[in-house]
Amino acid sequence: MTPLQTYFPLAIAFIVAGALAALLVGAAALLGPRRPSAVKAAPFECGSDPIGSARERFGVKFYMVALLFIVFDVEAVFVYPWAVLLRDLGWSGYIAMAFFAFTLVIGLAYVWKKGALEMETD
Amino acid sequence: MPRKIVIWVVLAALVVTFVGVLGARMAEGAVLPEIILGPLGLTDALFYLFAAMTFAGAATVALSKNILHSALGLLAALMGTGSLYVFLSADFLAVTQLLVYIGGVLVLILFAVMLTNRITEVKISNASLGLVGGGALLVATVPVLVFVAIATPWATIVPAELAPTTREIGNAFLTRWLLPFELASLVLLATLIGAVVIARKELKQDEPDTSVS
Repeated sequence: MTPLQTYFPLAIAFIVAGALAALLVGAAALLGPRRPSAVKAAPFECGSDPIGSARERFGVKFYMVALLFIVFDVEAVFVYPWAVLLRDLGWSGYIAMAFFAFTLVIGLAYVWKKGALEMETD
Repeated sequence: MPRKIVIWVVLAALVVTFVGVLGARMAEGAVLPEIILGPLGLTDALFYLFAAMTFAGAATVALSKNILHSALGLLAALMGTGSLYVFLSADFLAVTQLLVYIGGVLVLILFAVMLTNRITEVKISNASLGLVGGGALLVATVPVLVFVAIATPWATIVPAELAPTTREIGNAFLTRWLLPFELASLVLLATLIGAVVIARKELKQDEPDTSVS
């Protein structure tokens, strides 16, 4: 198969996703009635009146969660090449990967112990 | 003020010397390969599309005055780079780009934007462009890049078939490059610990009444 053929399914997925998004947004813009009012223009906050600006400073805890996500995201990426070769590499590969994962478990334990995962303290 | 002018003059002299030396070298030594102008196939068209996407994204990052638009431009640039990895038949790297950079790092950057204190003044955050310095840098770097691009003997053989690279990467990670692989886990560990240390400091500064509630 040529490269184009290999990635053709991916191209279909991209085209369908783009076309669907364009269709939904375009159809809504074309067909929907447009009668703006002050109430409709207000930011939606679960029915209650908006308080202050939406551009508030976020809690740093969200950043912690995002960072944890990235760290284990990277770990998953590293695990994948090992998983493909699981049988070929045998125990030596298993031990190497276990060491890798164990290092991150230490980090997770530390983060957990320090209470950075607690979301409802404030 | 005079000091600033002196710095600019020195910088300009350096740039001119650099370009001159490089131009002289280019004229004497470079073996200019014949430029092959074939028909523009679909693959080439796609390559230029993705290259343009990368370039436009990078330009948005650098030029947009709104930091959120910069972040979105970064999305386009990273997407384009990932697509270009595919053209280098580095499929695993492309997927990693998608997973880690677009799915992770970009989210982290957006979070960092939302965490900044002066988020309401976001529109003036990138006002200074430094046109003179930027122009000097452009004059200095473009000849280098052009020289490298022309003089490097690029491997132009396109593999007939794109083989998955994941097995080879796994093999390299877990045999020959095992130590760097394990060191990567230590880097990630340092990331976790550093984030906790910094975040704890932030929490203590921001919310002195945490213990009350």
